[in-house]
Amino acid sequence: MTEHKTDRTSSADALRIQGLRKSFGAQEVLGGIDLSVAQHEVICLIGASGSGKSTLLRCVNLLERIDAGSVWLDGQLITARGVDENLVRRHVGIVFQSFNLFPHMTVERNVTLAPMKVLGLSREEAAARAAELLGRFGLAEKRADYPDRLSGGQQQRVAIVRALAMRPRLMLLDEVTSALDPELVADVLDVIRELAMRGMTMLIATHEMGFAREVASRVCFLADGQIAEQAPPAQLFSEPSDERTRRFLRRITDAGRL
Amino acid sequence: MEAQGPPQLALPDLAARRSRLLGDSSRRGVVLSTASTVVVLAVLLAVFLLAPGSAQVRHTFLNPADMWKAFVGDPKAGYYSVGEALWLNIRMFVVAEVLILIVGLVVAVIRQSTGPVLLPLRVVTTIYVDVARGVPLILIIFALGYGLPALQLTVISDQSAAVYGVAALVLSYSAYVSEVYRAGISGVHRSQVAAARSLGLSQSSSMRYVILPQAIRNIIPPLLNDFISLQKDTALVGLLGSIEANKAAELFSDTVFNYSSYVVAAILFLILTIPLARFTDHLIRRDQARRLAGAGQ
Repeated sequence: MTEHKTDRTSSADALRIQGLRKSFGAQEVLGGIDLSVAQHEVICLIGASGSGKSTLLRCVNLLERIDAGSVWLDGQLITARGVDENLVRRHVGIVFQSFNLFPHMTVERNVTLAPMKVLGLSREEAAARAAELLGRFGLAEKRADYPDRLSGGQQQRVAIVRALAMRPRLMLLDEVTSALDPELVADVLDVIRELAMRGMTMLIATHEMGFAREVASRVCFLADGQIAEQAPPAQLFSEPSDERTRRFLRRITDAGRL
Repeated sequence: MEAQGPPQLALPDLAARRSRLLGDSSRRGVVLSTASTVVVLAVLLAVFLLAPGSAQVRHTFLNPADMWKAFVGDPKAGYYSVGEALWLNIRMFVVAEVLILIVGLVVAVIRQSTGPVLLPLRVVTTIYVDVARGVPLILIIFALGYGLPALQLTVISDQSAAVYGVAALVLSYSAYVSEVYRAGISGVHRSQVAAARSLGLSQSSSMRYVILPQAIRNIIPPLLNDFISLQKDTALVGLLGSIEANKAAELFSDTVFNYSSYVVAAILFLILTIPLARFTDHLIRRDQARRLAGAGQ
């Protein structure tokens, strides 16, 4: 709090969170989160529903106002007073569980809106960027469709493309497969896998333990508003050190999800 | 084709059940509903025709010769064409509708804003909406129609009664319409705001490109409903002396001592409002169908 180590020490980190607290009314959801994410690292946040995974992501995107603590993005303190949140959000993409595509716009317009209105790209530049991304994720022929004509998996992939079109430095994925029918999950996970392979720094809240194990550089287990344990996936899933992690993983295993 | 067997009878016939809910459209249903309509109308007509004062009323209100005279008018005899006067109503509500759409939107957006800078404007618009909705339209018309000329200002005090009338209509209706807009805006799911803001769009850009287009689509039926009401209320401007349809009908009845002119005015207003009412219903039905289709997915 007192020392402002903004430059040297944290410049290597894509994201650094220190002492982050967030309450909704009397209920404390995040009770002091400390987390550093290196460039190109993929962090998976796991934990029971209500453990604060989504809230943490929304805090990093400044969609929620934090009560205490600090967040640095590429060494820049983004939770300081007077920081332009719109400027921060250009660099931090977020994808929601419920897609939240704009229903009155075509797929292409969903993707080009922010690059045009926020980054000032021309219609042609934005359309080219959209075409490239939609093509890469197998959505080229959906360009002119409205979201309600798409399957859940396609909608979620469009939502990811919409966030990527801003060329973010950090992607936040908030349980992006939880609202999908099981057979549609794989397509979306493939997209994330590709992003990870290309070196995108990501913070992923997920219930897909198998996926987390495969794609994560590090897995963080959230419980009681804190990071109870963090470790590389192989270690966390096979020899969890925290009792709460063990209990959580046992329940998941019993449910046949791991 | 021979599949039309017992199994199908055993199943609950969903189509038939639905048509019963929506109103039976089978031939028997059509015959029944036609018959009941005819009977009701016949009874009402009989009551009207057999009432003791029926002949008197028909002469004073429904005299075809007088209706025609009122419709075409005769300025030399001291009354104007009700049909022509309706043109003033049409001009008044077209101008008023455009202004109401703009003022109502501005008021709604200000009231929906959150920034501390706009707090004074929020207070002003809140008071405006409360007052304009609370005071009867007829009093607003009198206040502007008699008050503004009495102020003896340049330009503002030199307008025609129709201008003051339109100003009063805009003042009153914009308050209602701003509430319709506001309902539409808050009807757009919060996650849409989150999605827009998360992409770096400012609050105003989110409003303009994401929230308002969705809000306006949802409020077209209630807006049209307000406009049907507005079309009729242009008749109140006649109280300031403008020769609109209702005032022309009044002049006729004062001169000729026959009320058929009012029936002419009523019919003309119906000709204006019924198509809009049908169109509104059509939009509402289409909207419901779309919602049902959406829920089924």
